Amino acid sequence: MADTLPIGTQLRIVTPEREVVEGEISEVSIPGKGGYLGVLPGHAPLLTELQPGDLTYRQDGLDFHVAIHCGFAEVLPDRVIILADAAERAEEIDVERAERARRRAEERLKQPSESEEEMREAREALRRAICRLETARHAKA
Amino acid sequence: MATLRDIRRRIGSIRNTRQITRAMKVVAASRLRHAQERIFSARPYANQMMALLQSVAGRLEQQEHPLLARRAENKILLVLVTADRGLCGAFNANLIRAAQSYLEEYGKDRVSLVTVGRKGRDFFRRRPVEIVSEHVNVFRYLDFSHAQKLARELIELYTQESVDAIDFLYNEFKSVMVQQVKVERYLPIEPISAPKGEFLVDYIYEQPPADLLRALLPRYMEVEAFRALLESQAAELAARMTAMDSATNNADELMETLRLRLNRLRQAAITKEIIEVVSGAQALEY
Repeated sequence: MADTLPIGTQLRIVTPEREVVEGEISEVSIPGKGGYLGVLPGHAPLLTELQPGDLTYRQDGLDFHVAIHCGFAEVLPDRVIILADAAERAEEIDVERAERARRRAEERLKQPSESEEEMREAREALRRAICRLETARHAKA
Repeated sequence: MATLRDIRRRIGSIRNTRQITRAMKVVAASRLRHAQERIFSARPYANQMMALLQSVAGRLEQQEHPLLARRAENKILLVLVTADRGLCGAFNANLIRAAQSYLEEYGKDRVSLVTVGRKGRDFFRRRPVEIVSEHVNVFRYLDFSHAQKLARELIELYTQESVDAIDFLYNEFKSVMVQQVKVERYLPIEPISAPKGEFLVDYIYEQPPADLLRALLPRYMEVEAFRALLESQAAELAARMTAMDSATNNADELMETLRLRLNRLRQAAITKEIIEVVSGAQALEY
């Protein structure tokens, strides 16, 4: 390959409510539906659906974590665009609230009386809470 | 004939009303600024979503999806987005009038309603129109989950073939001074084509494009519903702000005329008293 690979790529994380992250980064790891994807600058164009998880990116030699709840990712050689239903940076997460949400979801899952729909909702809530807590843990580390 | 005291009392009551209208105007103005910012911050997501949708759809040989399916329009659903509260000028009245002419045009038995906002529901509840569902109190703390709930309900109605088409009727936020009542086709979705002139990027697809499209379309519907709600909210606040501003001005004007009349009346009373005293004294001299 004659061209040298670029050293940076633009990362943009947007939700319907706001733009969460925008900036030049050197590396990002995306929670894709089929598993985590590591993306470096100059990556081939790629489209994927996301699953709830912890997105990590490296900017100026520091690692940052963002909790992502479903959505899509578009990867292009010079930029990465994440369309997420919701996204929170690790330092924005309210750990106590997430912990409470997790416990509430677990309680609900234990009750057999709930309908299929409610069970699905509770499972989703549980996944979201666990994913938030996971990301928040990195904020302290 | 109004006495001095009557006029003073009226001025007092107008002053109170003016205080309320002015407070409402200030509140509406500050919430409007916030609502406008939200429209702007929702835009990047919507644009990216559209771009993504076009690039996926443009790549598919044939787009097959229940949300793209066109049927004879025997049953139409109208989503009427009004405000939860009044005192916002002709905002709700315009919407309701437009909804009525929509009903006239398509026939009352073909159209059913989903109302968003209390005003539209209150009006049509007592009329012979079927209201499939109602969403009230969404605008005070409007967030994406409201739009999600609405969109999911609409998608379900459409895919179950309870209705054959869905239109949105809402106020579009043009500017602070202008709101425009708008009818917009929500479902079925227009066939999506790749933007012309742009060359298509060759993506690696983690999932088959058809699967991606299936996942993208409902999300896109949620975004569209959210946009309509945000627009309507901003338009409502703008309408309220303008209405309350002119109400405050009217109160000022009214107070001015009343004060003038009060002063004239007071002066007349004083003059009358002086004349009485003077003419009394003169009567004694002769």
